[in-house]
Amino acid sequence: MDSGQLFNLTTIAYFAAMVLFFAFIATKNNTVALTATLSSLAGFVIQTVALGMRWYESYQILGVDGRAPLTNLYESVVFFAWSILLIYLLMDWKYKQRTIGAFVLPIALFSMLWAQMSLHSSIDPLVPALQSNWLTYHVITCFLGYAGFAFAFGVSIMYLMKIGKEEKHQGDAPMKGILGLFPPTRVLDDMNYKAIMIGFPLLTLGIVTGAAWAYYAWGTYWSWDPKETWSLIVWFLYAAFLHARFTRGWVGRRAAWLSIIGFAATVFCYLGVNLVLSGLHSYGSG
Amino acid sequence: MAETKKTFIDSTWDFLCSLKLAIILVLLLALTSIIGTIILQNGSAADYIREYGQSNYELFKKLQFIDMYHSSWFIGILGLFSVNLICCSIKNFPRVWRFVKQPTLVASSGVFKGSANRAEFSCKETKHQAAEQISELLKKEFAKPVLTEKDDKLYLFAQKGIYSRFGAYITHLSILIIMAGAVIGNVWGYKAFVNIAEGTSTNQVRPRNGTQPIDLGFTVRCDDFDVSYYENSNRPKDYNSDLVILEDGKEIVHKRIEVNDPLTYKGIKFYQSSYGSAGNPFFKVKITENKTGKVIERKAHQGKHIQLPGGYAFAVTNFTTSDRNFGPAMQLHVNTPDGEHGAPFIVWQNHPQMDVKRGGVFSFALLGHDQPYYTGLQVAKDPGVNIVWAGCFLIVFGSLTAFFFSHKRIWVCLEDNGKKTKVLLAGNAHRNQPGFSLAFDDLQQQIEDATKNTSQKKEG
Repeated sequence: MDSGQLFNLTTIAYFAAMVLFFAFIATKNNTVALTATLSSLAGFVIQTVALGMRWYESYQILGVDGRAPLTNLYESVVFFAWSILLIYLLMDWKYKQRTIGAFVLPIALFSMLWAQMSLHSSIDPLVPALQSNWLTYHVITCFLGYAGFAFAFGVSIMYLMKIGKEEKHQGDAPMKGILGLFPPTRVLDDMNYKAIMIGFPLLTLGIVTGAAWAYYAWGTYWSWDPKETWSLIVWFLYAAFLHARFTRGWVGRRAAWLSIIGFAATVFCYLGVNLVLSGLHSYGSG
Repeated sequence: MAETKKTFIDSTWDFLCSLKLAIILVLLLALTSIIGTIILQNGSAADYIREYGQSNYELFKKLQFIDMYHSSWFIGILGLFSVNLICCSIKNFPRVWRFVKQPTLVASSGVFKGSANRAEFSCKETKHQAAEQISELLKKEFAKPVLTEKDDKLYLFAQKGIYSRFGAYITHLSILIIMAGAVIGNVWGYKAFVNIAEGTSTNQVRPRNGTQPIDLGFTVRCDDFDVSYYENSNRPKDYNSDLVILEDGKEIVHKRIEVNDPLTYKGIKFYQSSYGSAGNPFFKVKITENKTGKVIERKAHQGKHIQLPGGYAFAVTNFTTSDRNFGPAMQLHVNTPDGEHGAPFIVWQNHPQMDVKRGGVFSFALLGHDQPYYTGLQVAKDPGVNIVWAGCFLIVFGSLTAFFFSHKRIWVCLEDNGKKTKVLLAGNAHRNQPGFSLAFDDLQQQIEDATKNTSQKKEG
């Protein structure tokens, strides 16, 4: 069995988990919810093994030039999915709010599908500029940060779906229907904040390690190349989000929107820059 | 009361300190930064005119979009942002400093009534015994408390993580430090490049923006350049240059630099950045005069005629690193003494005996070939870079402290109440209240257990 097959299994597990999470929302059956969580956990474990195996395979193919599987678009998309699951499972462990899976798993599933179906998955040797340990630190920190933002995005969507109904809802009786199953908006808002609180320092570290790497490779820690600039734009947006919480009127709806805009900018920073704009980070488009 | 009218200075100060201004500026920076990722930066006039037309180019020039990250308006926003950071820190820092200098050792009744986390119970011990037990427990489970006696009551105060109150200030300060480092690098540093052909040296580099060459104050020589490729591909695997730094003709530093591993001398860094061929390749050719068996070796540049004994001459006219499956091969011809070109023939490096069979006056063997290269170096002097790294360390450290730690405080008040002692508990965390609530409940339980246990089974 090779890593490619394991990644396919991972994709199937995430697909099953997503379907089960939808089924949970439809049936409100807790066993279904537990199965969904277990399925995502299984997918995560398989993917972890697959990442290790791909790392090992790189040594078999490239000999001493083997490297961590974090060097091209395919590998980064796969790692993104892994990071999302890591953050999701940690949050699930802490908050035990199963409905969130239905809004976070699709992002991971979509990443895996895209990577497995249309990205170039061969293990190629690295051009000299990429042969640096900073690359590994840079990619890990950035993507864990992105995963935090992806989680915040999913939770924000749930918040916006629920808040309107909750405000109209009268009395103390719990809300009925699908939205009643969602966590209270207060909790959703808090989770949004927590996820960004995790993502923000990681993104900061990602930008710093990227700067350090650029300094050793090209002699400048910052050159306003589109990728760098967009990562800074994302950083600014979430910095605004974190500070907005201290002012009245910026929690709730506006915070949810800011989180959604932040994630859109994150996705653009990650993919849009490579696919639309050009710059030093052209490696990622391969 | 007559409302005192705010002076202009006061309202300006408040505006500069405000969080609102910070949020607006940060969003404005995010928004305007997009421009430079869409419009080409630092291109030539022709690039812009071709892409956007003459009138738009004039507009871009007026709006400083050509180099927007160094434009006066962008620097202006950054400047205002720094002022905002400084003002807001000056305004709020004293309040945080008070937590350190004047901790609330004796909590008011308001604290015990109004805290989100509070408890009240009685125990049989005297207040001094209870204070001792609770102190022990707090020291073990939380932090060492301070005991104060006031108005016949005993007060305990314990706190943890006060440094986390400074996380935000450290983060803000670090942004200023990074900006200061960047300014220092921009003013007193430079970015330049230089191409050095193998075996040659230079003491000047060309700045990236500007034409006046910069004197290094010493000499850099490139002794050798090497590029290696991945097997069966033309993807470069590594390229590196042997550099030597010379001062007054003396060799001071030797280093083989490669991508991601630069050479530093006197604050100037030399980065391996590119390479290219410097002139035609040359070949080491072994020539055997077939009649006498005499062997000579010659270095031949492509296209140049080389004299041979007896008035003959030869020239290498073509070369490839791999001729089908036979490896490196050169094409050459021999001129007769009267200058007539002979028919061209091929010699393979890996098959040195082949040419003997051709049966000419001379037989040739290719011993090796060499492509002279120049090494392309980025040269950077950045006296601010360590300041930037210090700022980067602080920003990571500061943001982690600010987000993941909180200042937790616990107050206890012990008061005689007939035969019993009344115990009041209150706790407060400046961040992550839900998490602290759980910890507080746990601590409260332990305190109650501790005081009750000892009252029941003494020295148990």
